[in-house]
Amino acid sequence: MAQTPYEVLGVKPDASADEIRKVYRKLAKQYHPDLNPGKPEAEERFKAVSAAYDLLSDPDKRARYDRGEIDESGAERPPRSYYRGYAEGAEGRKYQPEGEMDLGDLEDLFAAFGSAGRGWRGRGGEGFKARGGDRLFTLTVDFVEAATGAKKRVSLAPEQWLDVTIPPGINDGQVLRLRGKGGPGLGGGPAGDALIEVHVAPHPLFRRDGDNIQIELPVSLAEAVLGARVTVPTVTGPVTMTIPKGSDTGAQLRLRGKGIQRKKGPGDQYVTLKVVVGPSGDPELAAFLEKWAPRHPFDPRQGMP
Amino acid sequence: MIAFEELLDRFVGLDRRELTRWVENRWVLPERRDQTWIFHEIDVARVELILEVRREFTIDDEVLSLVLGLLDQVYDLRRQLRRLCDALAAQPPEIQAAVRRALPRQRN
Repeated sequence: MAQTPYEVLGVKPDASADEIRKVYRKLAKQYHPDLNPGKPEAEERFKAVSAAYDLLSDPDKRARYDRGEIDESGAERPPRSYYRGYAEGAEGRKYQPEGEMDLGDLEDLFAAFGSAGRGWRGRGGEGFKARGGDRLFTLTVDFVEAATGAKKRVSLAPEQWLDVTIPPGINDGQVLRLRGKGGPGLGGGPAGDALIEVHVAPHPLFRRDGDNIQIELPVSLAEAVLGARVTVPTVTGPVTMTIPKGSDTGAQLRLRGKGIQRKKGPGDQYVTLKVVVGPSGDPELAAFLEKWAPRHPFDPRQGMP
Repeated sequence: MIAFEELLDRFVGLDRRELTRWVENRWVLPERRDQTWIFHEIDVARVELILEVRREFTIDDEVLSLVLGLLDQVYDLRRQLRRLCDALAAQPPEIQAAVRRALPRQRN
């Protein structure tokens, strides 16, 4: 069960910034990993406390968390689909009570409220202000764009575009909030926000594992036995990699820094080798193997029942 | 759009007999398709609303029926009001200004 940052620090949701700072200092001292060698639970606690303080010490982030715009980790939270969101749209007519009025024409409306024929009254109305509504968009990016970050355009309306910066390492379903890019405000009120739900398309070769990327690389028997230099695709373009002599299927090689291109430090790409003999088999190889009597025979199924 | 069985899995504390009764009472109007019910997004949101109303306020079927009836009327009015607002918003500024002037001020 996830804890709120307030629960992690053990403070009330209305605690002052001063109070939060004091509690944080106390807990940070108590659980500092260097003061608790050999106690992994203290380190976990220290990380949780730091993350909670990180969120609550920033007044902007704290306010956004309190409004439910972001979750404990600071990630944007997609807005829940409330019934009213549908009920007021056209699909809500399904639940329209029978025999209710319909604004087919103005006469119906006037009749419903008894205001026909009153004429203009010419009273001075007061201007009002209202914040514009948030608008939700969805955007699909490909795997490489999600890994390296990208600039994308979302179509708001014909001839109207919104530039969106996709941060490297974005997760499928994550929501980006662009302040002031939603519906226009009324009567001089501020505009709403644009919420962009980003979907990441799967890739035929790359698979994501946290900040690392996994890929399976087929190699020939000769490359596996003798070693070789081969070209491997990565999200930042192809690179050359050395396969050590005597590599087996399942051997894992690491390409440092070729994973998710996070600004604070990119992840790695793990290449898992898969030895492939070839579609028809090589007659010369077969002939060689028939004659070949290994000096150090081994049983690959040793230990299997 | 999800099927009856999937919907049961989605919400904790929603049982088959209860959901069936809601549909029979016409509180939720899923689409009938090949021996099963298909729930559109609005129906799913409505099921969640009913679940929450039941959980937060302990009310019986009769009261729930009344609450849903009133809610449907409110949303119907809001839908009609929205159409009126959309129609007004499509008018030239001088007509909008005239309507704004003609709206009597609300005093608290």
